[in-house]
Amino acid sequence: MKLIFEESQPGRQGFQVPKSDVPISASVPAKYRRKVDAQWPEVSELEVVRHFTKLSQRNFSIDTQFYPLGSCTMKYNPRFTESLASLPTFANLHPILPQLPDGEQLVQGALQVIYEMEQLLCEMTGMDAYTMQPLAGAHGELTGVMMIAAYHQAKGNKKKYIIVPDSAHGTNPATAAIAGYETISIPSTPQGLMDLNQLKSKINGDVAGLMMTCPNTVGIFETEIDKIAQMIHDVDGLMYYDGANLNAVLGRCRPGDVGFDVMHINTHKTFTTPHGGGGPGAGPVGVRKNLIPYLPISRVVKKSDGAFGLDYNYPHSIGYVASFYGNFGILLRAYAYILMLGKEGLVQTTNHAVLNANYMMHRLKELYELPYDRVCMHECVLSASRQAARGVHALDIAKYLIDQGIHPPTIYFPLTVKEALMIEPTETESKKAMDQFIDVMIQVDRLSQENPEMFSKCPQTMPISRPDEVRAARDLDTNYFLQNSKASASAKKSHLIQSLV
Amino acid sequence: MEVLDHYLYTKEHEWVSIEDSIATIGITDFAQSALGDVTFIELPEVGAEVEQFEQFASIESVKAASDIYCPLSGTIVEVNTKLEENPELINKSCYHKGWIAKVEMSSPDEHSKLMTAEEYQNYLESLQ
Amino acid sequence: MNPYIANTSSEVDEMLSVVGAKSIDDLFRDLKPEHRPRSFDLPVGKSEQEVVDFIRDLGKKNASDLKLFIGAGYYDHYIPTAVDALASRGEFFTAYTPYQPECSQGTLQALYQFQSCLCTLTGMEVANASLYDGGTALYEAAMMAIRITGRNRIIMDGGVSPIYRKMLRSYTSNLHIEFAETPVVHGQADRRQIADLLNDQTAAVILQNPNFFGAIDDHSDIIETAHQKGILVIESVYPISLGILKTPGEMGVDIVTGEGQSLGLPLNFGGPYLGFMATRKEFIRKMPGRIVGQTVDAEGRRSFVNTLQAREQHIRREKATSNICTNVSLCALRAVIFMSLLGKEGLKQLAQLNLDKAEFTRQTLEKIKGITVKRSSPTFNEFAVCLPCDASKVVGEMVKKGFAAGFPLGRYYPGMENYMIVAVTEKRTKEDILNFAQALKEVCNSG
Repeated sequence: MKLIFEESQPGRQGFQVPKSDVPISASVPAKYRRKVDAQWPEVSELEVVRHFTKLSQRNFSIDTQFYPLGSCTMKYNPRFTESLASLPTFANLHPILPQLPDGEQLVQGALQVIYEMEQLLCEMTGMDAYTMQPLAGAHGELTGVMMIAAYHQAKGNKKKYIIVPDSAHGTNPATAAIAGYETISIPSTPQGLMDLNQLKSKINGDVAGLMMTCPNTVGIFETEIDKIAQMIHDVDGLMYYDGANLNAVLGRCRPGDVGFDVMHINTHKTFTTPHGGGGPGAGPVGVRKNLIPYLPISRVVKKSDGAFGLDYNYPHSIGYVASFYGNFGILLRAYAYILMLGKEGLVQTTNHAVLNANYMMHRLKELYELPYDRVCMHECVLSASRQAARGVHALDIAKYLIDQGIHPPTIYFPLTVKEALMIEPTETESKKAMDQFIDVMIQVDRLSQENPEMFSKCPQTMPISRPDEVRAARDLDTNYFLQNSKASASAKKSHLIQSLV
Repeated sequence: MEVLDHYLYTKEHEWVSIEDSIATIGITDFAQSALGDVTFIELPEVGAEVEQFEQFASIESVKAASDIYCPLSGTIVEVNTKLEENPELINKSCYHKGWIAKVEMSSPDEHSKLMTAEEYQNYLESLQ
Repeated sequence: MNPYIANTSSEVDEMLSVVGAKSIDDLFRDLKPEHRPRSFDLPVGKSEQEVVDFIRDLGKKNASDLKLFIGAGYYDHYIPTAVDALASRGEFFTAYTPYQPECSQGTLQALYQFQSCLCTLTGMEVANASLYDGGTALYEAAMMAIRITGRNRIIMDGGVSPIYRKMLRSYTSNLHIEFAETPVVHGQADRRQIADLLNDQTAAVILQNPNFFGAIDDHSDIIETAHQKGILVIESVYPISLGILKTPGEMGVDIVTGEGQSLGLPLNFGGPYLGFMATRKEFIRKMPGRIVGQTVDAEGRRSFVNTLQAREQHIRREKATSNICTNVSLCALRAVIFMSLLGKEGLKQLAQLNLDKAEFTRQTLEKIKGITVKRSSPTFNEFAVCLPCDASKVVGEMVKKGFAAGFPLGRYYPGMENYMIVAVTEKRTKEDILNFAQALKEVCNSG
């Protein structure tokens, strides 16, 4: 398909900028002006609409395909939350308004959303307070670990390490490192749980905390979670709960009750805000009482007269992690979803997510290796190791599924399972949709015996077949203009570059 | 996996070939095969001083990234600049054209901490 | 009833028998009694209609109809209708990170085009596929400069948004990074002070154009001085202003970041927004965030993939360039649609219109007795106004007349209590501006 730049015709314009109604034609001095125009494409509105509509049709999405991408909770995104988020009474609200004198009164509706969301999340997760500021899950992790660091600093603790299980998502060690900690990795047992003996041998007074996902990244609930928390607390370490898998335990277990001190929520997973092709998200962070002093500012508070306000007076706060109050438009969607489901609906969510995952696991475990044969939570991890022995790897299966109109499960993760097929159907899929997927997977196994060579050519029904990723990385082309006119980027090679290279 | 007889090896899968006071360093066939198609290598600076087993370069493929550790202490005297434009040399010829750097050794005794070809072969088998 | 669950009770029974469980509760057997919630006292569910009514009513408690003369980095620009129409297609907003490129070419090509539009806008060679917002992008740029130079000292100009400067300090409080800040002189970056602070431990100088006071600048001289000492320069920019202003690329900036909200995103009470980052090609492997690259498939067809993933957390783990997992694709999509609609000429026209309206406002306000407008340096669509009394009081009074009149500087700049920063976009009509001036005159003269 053409790039929009290749459709460009000088003199065309897809949007009419209003004529000026002021009797002024201003200019800035020449030394401050750009010499070369930005080469944004010159196309009509219809051409823009057709171009992006066609692009959209080159995507798999929840709206169009079964999308059992494990650890991503690809559930249906309700339309009413989209429409609420675009209400002008919220969408047009300038974030500086509450910082003006008496400005809090100008945004009472928005502050109420944040305040009440905080109360709902506290009750749902057993935490004592939340910040809504983090802009995504990984940002929430960083905020959480920064609070852990602030806690230890305030107590004069000299801490160096954050413990993560080897099955952890890559963000956990990356976050710990960026916050200034070294990581210690703990292996898993053959049962898919954290190895407590290993943990015991690695714990010492330098441990700042432990980050874990529960249920863990292979979809299993850590049965000894309370013991783990006790071991960490005994050295004045803190327990961090990665909320990636919260959809598995709503109404069944609250992180705050089983010993976690700080946690984040991925609203795009549990509370079905749009995945958006990869963001924007929101990553509210909850804490127990011991960490409240360190929460980022501002905090939304309810005053004695019932009005909502912003409070900046927290001297031990880690400060500002976002420019304002978080990704409000995303939080509003999550809030509306929670209000609609209510207590019963949230419990049903978890019940059906777990039922669906167990159903998939049981239907598939005859043909696919099941590394941990026990009840799973909201997702199951199978392995294509038997098929791989016939030359059909998890990646090949993924590409075949694409040809069948199904988005593949997660195959690049977890690293602890070879040829992983991490399947998360979510509660919003019907038995019928799952049965169709299972039928295809049965077919995959049969074909892996009869015609394994066929898989290497998949997918064949998409606009492209497997792209050359090595070429993409070796001959980098990330900017149309740099590729097509070496002179376009006027950046001159500086002394600096010479001195650094 | 190819292992050359007269070279020395590390547990991180680097090889060393010593000639007089100069050690030529690269990564082994096992390492290049585990990485897959190499897309980029960050070379050390000529003139830099390195300690034994200190990280001095890094290497990337599409799906993996790995640090490279210097098997012997010394001063970098030459790097294989051909790798900047042709990182695939590491896949095609890891023991010859895909060499990474040459080090003027400061403590030649250190080579006792490295593995011989036979020891490395056994080590590789133990990893299976 | 939960309308998002498809399973009927007979299907549930069927599935339970396949699983070999007596009940759904039985599936939670790994959770011991002591793991059960001590409380789960949430409100009962509501119908969609009830929730919509409730939230619409909450919206009415917001003063979203004020005429905005406030910017501070976040601007009230018109959003072409086609942006919403296209970005709300389910194929875009219900897709996820393009892990499987063959069935994600739509998102990937859109992001490649976003990167390209951003590069030509800023005059840089490479850009990433977006970051959370302008503030976090600036923090990521500082960390990137530290990685590139191996140094740990950062110089920040006082013209950089105070919000961003506070964020930078928060993020780095547990790290060994040293900051120095220099106040602006005559509205612009202080060349002499900055030069005095540069030493062999300095990783980067952070600048902003236009700066927080609205002043525009040509930072070429600062950049030259910095480069002589092997120091990088980071500049935070306002995209719409680049329809006119000298680009960071033309000045020789090393890392450009910015807030892309003005490119087709609503104000949204603080987010979601769009952070962006562009740099020189030789620094691309040190740049955080996702990057989309063009390549071909086996048949030679144009293809797009997430490239240079070996820098990212899912491969590098604790050695990654950043802990960020994703970008803000949907916001970047809105921006690339916006940039495509405006095109080369539309951007220039829009920038000119903002410049003209701001200049008209400036001239109108200057005629009011007691008000002076800072003219020590040229501006784009935002400028500092000195009032005869406390600006925050004036802004408070102006709200009652239906205007968000400006950003009072006293909050972040002690000693500047009588100043406010006024922003004027294309959305303010001549009539709005004259009404604004009239109201301001009344407020200032009554106080």
